[in-house]
Amino acid sequence: MASTPHIAVIGGGSTGVGIARDLAMRGLDVTLVEQGNLTHGTTGRMHGLLHSGGRYAVSDQASATECIEENRVLRDIASHCVEMTGGMFVKRPEDSEEYFQEKLQGCKECGIPADVVSGAEARQMEPHLAKDVEKAITVPDGAIDPFRLVVANAASAQEHGARIETHSKVTDLLVEDDEVVGLEVEHASGPGKRVHGTEGGTEEIRADYVVNATGAWAGRIGDMADLDIAVRPSKGVMTIMNIRQVDTVINRCRPKGDADIVVPHETTAILGTTDEEVEDPEDYPEEQWEVDLMIETLSELIPMLEEARTIRSFWGVRPLYEPPDVGSEDPTDITRDFFLLDHDERDDLPGMTSIVGGKFTTYRMMGEQISDHVCGKFGIDAECRTADEPLPGSEDFSVLRDYMDEFGLRSPIGRRSVERLGSRADEVLKTEGPNPTVCECEGVTRAEIQDAISQSGSDLNAVRIRTRASMGNCQGGICTHRMASELHGEYDEGIVREAWDELLQERWKGQRHALWGEQLSQAALNYALHATTQNRDNDPAGGDPVDFAAFDSGVDHTDDSGTADVAADGGKPDGD
Amino acid sequence: MAIESEILVVGGGLAGLSSALAAARDGADVRLVSYKQSTLRQASGLVDLLGYTPDGEGPLTDPYAAMPDLPASHPYRTVGVETVREAMAMFDEVSGYEGGHTDTNALLPTHGGTIKPTARYPRGAAAGLASDDRDTLFVGIESMTDFDAPHVADHLDAAGVPFDVRGETIRFPGDLRADAKVTRYAKLLDTNGEVAVRGRKVPAREALAQRVNPLVEDAERVGFPAILGDDNPGAIRDALGDQMGVDVFEVPMGPPSLPGLRLEDKLFEALDESGASFETGNPIVDFDGEGHVERVFMEKNGARIPLSADQYVLATGGLVGKGVESDRDGVSEPVFDCHVPHSDDRYDWFDTDVFGDHPFAGFGVETDDDLRPLSADGDVEFDNLRAAGSVLGGYDFAAEKSGSGVSIATGYAAGTSAAAEVR
Ligand SMILES: Cc1cc2nc3c(=O)[nH]c(=O)nc-3n(C[C@H](O)[C@H](O)[C@H](O)COP(=O)(O)OP(=O)(O)OC[C@H]3O[C@@H](n4cnc5c(N)ncnc54)[C@H](O)[C@@H]3O)c2cc1C
Ligand SMILES: Cc1cc2nc3c(=O)[nH]c(=O)nc-3n(C[C@H](O)[C@H](O)[C@H](O)COP(=O)(O)OP(=O)(O)OC[C@H]3O[C@@H](n4cnc5c(N)ncnc54)[C@H](O)[C@@H]3O)c2cc1C
Repeated sequence: MASTPHIAVIGGGSTGVGIARDLAMRGLDVTLVEQGNLTHGTTGRMHGLLHSGGRYAVSDQASATECIEENRVLRDIASHCVEMTGGMFVKRPEDSEEYFQEKLQGCKECGIPADVVSGAEARQMEPHLAKDVEKAITVPDGAIDPFRLVVANAASAQEHGARIETHSKVTDLLVEDDEVVGLEVEHASGPGKRVHGTEGGTEEIRADYVVNATGAWAGRIGDMADLDIAVRPSKGVMTIMNIRQVDTVINRCRPKGDADIVVPHETTAILGTTDEEVEDPEDYPEEQWEVDLMIETLSELIPMLEEARTIRSFWGVRPLYEPPDVGSEDPTDITRDFFLLDHDERDDLPGMTSIVGGKFTTYRMMGEQISDHVCGKFGIDAECRTADEPLPGSEDFSVLRDYMDEFGLRSPIGRRSVERLGSRADEVLKTEGPNPTVCECEGVTRAEIQDAISQSGSDLNAVRIRTRASMGNCQGGICTHRMASELHGEYDEGIVREAWDELLQERWKGQRHALWGEQLSQAALNYALHATTQNRDNDPAGGDPVDFAAFDSGVDHTDDSGTADVAADGGKPDGD
Repeated sequence: MAIESEILVVGGGLAGLSSALAAARDGADVRLVSYKQSTLRQASGLVDLLGYTPDGEGPLTDPYAAMPDLPASHPYRTVGVETVREAMAMFDEVSGYEGGHTDTNALLPTHGGTIKPTARYPRGAAAGLASDDRDTLFVGIESMTDFDAPHVADHLDAAGVPFDVRGETIRFPGDLRADAKVTRYAKLLDTNGEVAVRGRKVPAREALAQRVNPLVEDAERVGFPAILGDDNPGAIRDALGDQMGVDVFEVPMGPPSLPGLRLEDKLFEALDESGASFETGNPIVDFDGEGHVERVFMEKNGARIPLSADQYVLATGGLVGKGVESDRDGVSEPVFDCHVPHSDDRYDWFDTDVFGDHPFAGFGVETDDDLRPLSADGDVEFDNLRAAGSVLGGYDFAAEKSGSGVSIATGYAAGTSAAAEVR
């Protein structure tokens, strides 16, 4: 073993990047591999609630306590990813008074600041709440941007020497002498597919220790070494509205149930969710009833949702785990806590630990525990610093001032850019040339797109998740070709076209659960913009060759007599 | 008492304008009412007839030749090829567009870097034809993200265009802000206002030509994004072309589309000259009558104003123009509640591929041979109501490249037929 242990982390979700950052900051050599983009898994498909812990204050107080602790930490180290909206648990007349009191008590017991407000006060804060909401408990819930947070963690890990490989899939675990000694990885990188990171092909990555942080996929990695890791993936739907009907997180105050929370996010509000066990984390039904249920049930809290415009719906799978002896029937009863499965202790296979379960809000704490565990294996006594050192972008609060004049950005675009970039705003937005807006819905400028391209290469979906470009109301109708053009400076037309096609397809995919009303009209407009104005559905580049000479070559106007021109190829006269 | 006319056209897009024009030119007393600006604000301003068959065959050289093989329910089949020709003749007369010298489709460069088949194009786009093999320079504006000239040029090159093509990006003379709207550029060029160039005041057109001139090299024509003026596009193109010694053309762009808006203005002018009256800004919200439309109601400042006519034309557009609406439970036509065929399962309304065969693209009313909407049972809904343009179902204009052509042809047919009834 070299003097510095090399740790391979599998999975580029919040858990994986949290671990990579922590280990790298403690001075270990780290390689993280992710089969898709960063946030490809559950982390890119979650609700974005920075839990106060209120949701677990009655049923799972251990989780609730962890949540409030980490809620405070993240507000500090990840301020540019967090919007402290505040939250409420609202009670309708039919909801149990007894449970309301239990919730209040539970919050107090877990150290979650909680106050009761009247229905009228609640409506003063959130005017669109239903008239018959009786009262509410306020808690410090917030909204958190998972994309920004994960990218910032990965960037920090990289700054501390880690190697981060995206589009690289673990296809096997290397096991020698009954010990895990590394990974076999297939890189999808390389011209034609992707142009960043390592070129395509397979690679054996040898490691002194492997951490399996693949969430709902953990069982698949386990299978590679005949380990049984019984993750119970449970799906949930989230439905995005086109505007923020509320500025506070609204929870329904009742024991458990589907469709009981609305989280404001940037310019949107996201409704959630359901909880249904599924077999396969990559292939499960996305059903209409789930979307309808969101709108109908949550309209009981916020009546205007019934008529509001939905821009898309998406699903995620929770990587739930429970020890084999518990055997819950209902996935909502499975604990939200996380588990370290040391395969040496558990299965007599040294060299690897899996981390399963948990929540996004507690990703840092999970990373800390597993890093302690890994350091313990190597007798390394290094302190965890992730709770104190701000993430890149959150170092300096003073930059959250108005950059409008300084960067020639129009408010509110300037404000939004600065919110997204945090303390990196200076570095990213100070550009030589003009900095026009590329995505109008989300207020994303050229400089931000270029910054994202420099980080993520030719993958426009990766640019999208870093910047939010194409994620607003029009879902890319106006800006997908602009994003492609921004890529063109750096990459060849063919690569750009492929990335553009992928972005178009990805943007379309998520809308299918929102295709009625305004959003169907928007989809029809986008279709016309892309197919009619741009003719992208019959792109001659890459298609059959076109016989240009067979088409109209115009009329000569040089003497303006309107006589037919000889075709420019010297051939055909016009056919009139 | 209701405001009266012989013919009332509801909707002021390409279809409504064509039908009002046709009827007025036949001597009828016509009134057109329209709610908002039409989809011409978003459209490229090119007038497609038929670029691809519903099976995706194409680009077609001769759109007329392919029409008889379209499905029987297609609007071109409803009105017939001869009517399409007549309609286009009327359009050519009032629009000043080019392309009418031949039946053959033209291929024009798009701001997405492809070429598309179209039948009529504004004069300003004419020098850009892709079947013309003169070498071409595209010029983009640094602060305008909608048109990236080097990208467009490389993409066209990959499409195999029969000429050398280059793209260059310039900084627009003067100090328009980074997010200036296309109308700001157009205005500056229309007025030819002075801009500061290295401390000197120079008229905008001259300043632009000076900036592009060193980049022209061997190119014989220069394409700009469609920002070259709203009122005087011809004069601007000529001025730029003269100073650079090349032909100048525009590439249509996304919303707000100046070529689309110019066409709309032109058609409203022609409508005015034809003697028809028109009013925009207020929607028709309701009607009276069973089997026969007695009157419709316009909502204006909270009041409901009745309008009556002998014959009515419904030209309110499709899903984009809001002449067809939907909610989670179904698809409808909101003014007369005409039947719009659709699946009960909203997940059947689209294909999973972004450019798949989307049923929503064909949403709209079904009609008899005289363009009168039919009920679910196949009966004529109202004996004096005809439908035209995107409110019609049964065709996918985006895939076929047939949008404006269908609107003009069915608008013309509905207007002509309505005029015949009142004569
Ligand atoms: C509907 C829903 C809503 C939620 N809302 C919230 C919320 O509001 N707040 C909150 O705190 N938590 C929430 N959660 C929980 C939270 O999202 C997850 O606990 C968390 O994101 C899990 O992160 P992870 O990194 O463990 O897993 P993932 O994000 O799934 O990461 C695992 C990664 O491993 C990769 N991987 C898998 N196999 C391989 C392989 N063979 N090779 C390489 N890479 C591989 C995957 O591509 C994936 O990116 C929600 C969960 C769901 C489902
Ligand atoms: C993005 C885009 C690009 C396009 N590009 C091309 C192209 O390149 N080539 C081509 O040939 N075609 C193109 N088209 C198609 C074409 O421009 C028109 O959209 C099409 O011809 C439909 O015209 P229309 O008159 O039927 O409807 P619309 O243009 O939708 O007009 C309907 C009018 O009716 C009004 N209206 C609606 N409801 C009411 C009411 N209740 N009361 C009163 N008024 C009402 C609306 O406000 C609107 O003014 C494009 C369309 C779009 C959307």
